[in-house]
Amino acid sequence: MLAWFLLLCAPLMFGWIRASELTFELPDNAKQCFYEDITIGTKCTLEFQVVTGGHYDVDCRLEDPDGTVLYKEMKKQYDSFTFTASRNGTFKFCFSNEFSTFTHKTVYFDFQVGDDPPLFPSENRVTALTQMESACVSIHEALKSVIDYQTHFRLREAQGRSRAEDLNTRVAFWSIGEACILLVVSISQVVLLRSFFSDKKTTTTRVGS
Amino acid sequence: MICYSLYYYFIKLNSLYFHIGETEKKCFIEEIPDETMVIGTYRTQLWDKQAGSFLPSTPGLGMHVEIKDPDAKVILSRQYGSDGRFTFTSHTPGEHQICLHSNSTKMALFAGGKLRVHLDIQVGEHTNNYPEIAAKDKLTELQLRARQLLDQVEQIQKEQNYQRYREERFRMTSESTNQRVLWWSIAQTIILIITGIWQMRHLKSFFEAKKLV
Repeated sequence: MLAWFLLLCAPLMFGWIRASELTFELPDNAKQCFYEDITIGTKCTLEFQVVTGGHYDVDCRLEDPDGTVLYKEMKKQYDSFTFTASRNGTFKFCFSNEFSTFTHKTVYFDFQVGDDPPLFPSENRVTALTQMESACVSIHEALKSVIDYQTHFRLREAQGRSRAEDLNTRVAFWSIGEACILLVVSISQVVLLRSFFSDKKTTTTRVGS
Repeated sequence: MICYSLYYYFIKLNSLYFHIGETEKKCFIEEIPDETMVIGTYRTQLWDKQAGSFLPSTPGLGMHVEIKDPDAKVILSRQYGSDGRFTFTSHTPGEHQICLHSNSTKMALFAGGKLRVHLDIQVGEHTNNYPEIAAKDKLTELQLRARQLLDQVEQIQKEQNYQRYREERFRMTSESTNQRVLWWSIAQTIILIITGIWQMRHLKSFFEAKKLV
């Protein structure tokens, strides 16, 4: 009975506190907003990083339910902002690429609300954790930060890699293009010069006399 | 009590949400190593003009979910209801694209022009439901914690393997660029010299023929 109750309550507990991380594409002159309902007193963290596009910068703005701007940065490449919800309601954060005319940006963000859900929902926190348990908790926290650093490293590496692949294709196209232009220009130069001397035979005699 | 907790479960899926237009397609990118499980859950709410608020749920409205692997091959393309849950496991490492768009053709439904979509995408070890695992395998708290740490370390290992693969790709791209720059510079210089020589010879013979030289 207890196990069944646990199973039933588990999604309830699991869905209580969230960490949402998403990577999306922000077209030029576009603005994308995300909303989340937060209860008062919850500690939240918003982290974002621009993965590809232009100068790797984006405008970010975080507002509380009253519309007060809690965080506003223009053309930022990467940032992390922690705040405690001062009231209940829907918090809104927007990413804007409106200053850019033709570059699409890929933006990654990680919005953490509250702490992690407890492993055992029915666990009573009256008794203190044993040494083993607190060691496990600290290892868990350390591993979480390792995973977080890995993510940011992967995003930076994706930046460099997309630039390198861009460069590779551009070098190929431009080299072929330049070779063709070279050939076309040199042949047309010769043809043009020939045309100067072939048609104007009658005119040169007229100018001469 | 059971009904209440079930209802509470559905309502509590109040994660991050955003607004989507009727024909708008929203895509999200997940860069993941291979053999990683991804579970996405979404819930839609339609704007009700009369009530001036969003309806709690929208029966009859569906969302089309399309997932592409790094080679742009579609691995999942399915229609779900207004609330849905999609799962996939990656078989190749790389950028997977998850796209959502509504299947609504009735313009009247979108009179307000907005559909609210609650979305939650969990990747890798976040997909594990620890209370469920504990109940199924009958683990003590310490065993469950150890299990969680093992899963985390496994995810770190997979990510590092993927990083090694990415670094190899990056290195190959850079070396290819290096080769291309080298060969194309040599080729262009040769073309330049050859066309220069050809031009001079051709013009010289042309002027000699025209008796100008």
